[in-house]
Amino acid sequence: MEIIDHFVLGFGVALSLQNLAYCFLGVLLGTLIGVLPGVGPLVTISMLLPITFGLPPVSAVIMLSGIYYGAQYGGSTTAILVNLPGETSSAVTCLDGYQMARRGRAGAALAIAALSSFVAGCIGTLLIVALGVPLASWALRFGAEDYFALMVLGLVAASVLSHGDMVKALAMVVVGLLIGLVGTDVNSGVERYTFGLPELADGIGFTVLAVGIFAISEVVINLEQKEAREVFTRNVGGLMPRWEDLKASFLPTLRGTAIGSFFGILPGTGPSISSFSAYMLEKKLAKDPSRFGQGAIEGVAAPEAANNAAAQTAFIPTLTLGIPGSATMALILGALIMNGVQPGPTVMARNPELFWGVIASMFIGNALLVALNLPLVGLWVRLLSIPYRWLFPAIVMFCALGNYSLNNSAIDVYLCAAIGVLGYVLAKLKCPPAPLVLGYVLGPMMEENIRRALLLSEGDLSVFVKSPISLTFLSLSLLLLVSMALPAIRRGKARVDQEEEASAT
Amino acid sequence: MRTSIFKNQDALAGLLFMGLGALGFAIALGYTFGTTIDMGPGYFPRVLSLVLIGFGIVIFLKGLRSCMPVEGGWGWLPLALLSASLLLFGFLLERAGLVPALAALFFVSARAGHEFKTREVLVLTAVMSVFAAVVFVWGLKLPYALFAWNF
Repeated sequence: MEIIDHFVLGFGVALSLQNLAYCFLGVLLGTLIGVLPGVGPLVTISMLLPITFGLPPVSAVIMLSGIYYGAQYGGSTTAILVNLPGETSSAVTCLDGYQMARRGRAGAALAIAALSSFVAGCIGTLLIVALGVPLASWALRFGAEDYFALMVLGLVAASVLSHGDMVKALAMVVVGLLIGLVGTDVNSGVERYTFGLPELADGIGFTVLAVGIFAISEVVINLEQKEAREVFTRNVGGLMPRWEDLKASFLPTLRGTAIGSFFGILPGTGPSISSFSAYMLEKKLAKDPSRFGQGAIEGVAAPEAANNAAAQTAFIPTLTLGIPGSATMALILGALIMNGVQPGPTVMARNPELFWGVIASMFIGNALLVALNLPLVGLWVRLLSIPYRWLFPAIVMFCALGNYSLNNSAIDVYLCAAIGVLGYVLAKLKCPPAPLVLGYVLGPMMEENIRRALLLSEGDLSVFVKSPISLTFLSLSLLLLVSMALPAIRRGKARVDQEEEASAT
Repeated sequence: MRTSIFKNQDALAGLLFMGLGALGFAIALGYTFGTTIDMGPGYFPRVLSLVLIGFGIVIFLKGLRSCMPVEGGWGWLPLALLSASLLLFGFLLERAGLVPALAALFFVSARAGHEFKTREVLVLTAVMSVFAAVVFVWGLKLPYALFAWNF
């Protein structure tokens, strides 16, 4: 069996002492920072990006994925203990998790969250293997026009399905595409949008943008609000879940995993829709729906599983097609490119040890997450009581040092401050930042592919319609756009957004 | 209900996008446009800028109709303080060294919080400076002087 050879290769890479250490370090740092109140996964990952850059690519990606799981899980911990979701995906966990915590069962809620995440993570990883290989071999046949169409579909889907106003999300994609153009044009050598600054010839650094857009603006938004938190530091309760808890969570975990895996593969949907749908499904299936919102264990297990499965399967389009489905995946993709790995269908053939090593490290990372979190819950609880006024200057320090250390240039720090201002204004005007980052990451590739496609077709625009693959992607994008313009569907989406928002507060 | 344009969330967003698009287009006029067969460096930016202006107009018009005000006040002061702390850090790091740059960063940024206790910030600065020195200068071997004087 070929697949077994792949796994042997993968685990050989992932289990090397060095990579195991990076995986552990990533999970630890990710959880440590993700647990801090007011620091979501996006901020955590963008803050920690710079420290992975000196590493060999495989180790860097392994560490980043560790950070990613850790940050995701850290968000659930704050959801359960403080009723403060790190990002929208864990908002649903607040509903019943926090109620369990108020009844002295925080320990059980945390344990079930960890276990269902683990199960979902492992199944999600298997799905990556099962779907990733055929998807990548299919994508090998893509021409430049097909790639361009696929990126259009990815960007449209990400804006249409993202939370909030679609037109704003599309506009943010375009802003991101434009920011991605800054720097020297590969084809002509002309410097675009550099304002004569030699530092901008290589473009606006990826971390500079990510930190400015996500971290700085989030800190300012947090500072607008008064600090008011109720933390359960005293009575976490027994960590070992009871047998009934495990039994009650088993099926919800599997159902949550199925929902999450489905949504994770679709671009732009990701964890928040899936955890929300999983919760609604459990509520519908329950014999006594009134228990939900009062500390029902299924209400923790299912969304946590969905959330994690989606987080995991989101790697499929990212690694095999090079099209990230979410902002977090865009961060990972950007980090891969900075490490000299161009994700896409050829990554499996060209860097098998990277692809399979990362896959194997996903199993290890998920296992480490459980092993690390359950004994350390006490420590996380204590971290939660750190006041924000100590945290945010430290976050700013990491942003400043991280950005400076990339090129040892102060320009990057200044730029980050400027992008922070832009990011804050955009966030206040309710323009979602994720599509901007997606556009930034995909921009250069899009331009490259459209130029190549039109050069080969000698300027004939019909090439995008003649290729069946490209035609399919473009029609799907159009369908998505048109469907959102239909009033019935738009109202439905507005309702979902509202319910999500209601559950978040 | 009428909301002034300056408080209208969508109208402001639309204006911002139009402005960015216009800026992008104006700058891109300096680059060769090329032809569809052989796109010049100005082709993609100009098309994108026009699309952005279009989206901006749509959002602006939507805003005039929906009149959704911006939620909450603007946190200009924390934003200005945080940006200033980053600028100061960048300026001081190369001229005065890591420790003074961090001290400036902490003292300016901490002002953005709701409470500012000098002693707390001092302790925070000391602890984080040691941490940064150990991790970045000693651990990651980045070539920063802890103290310097290059003005």
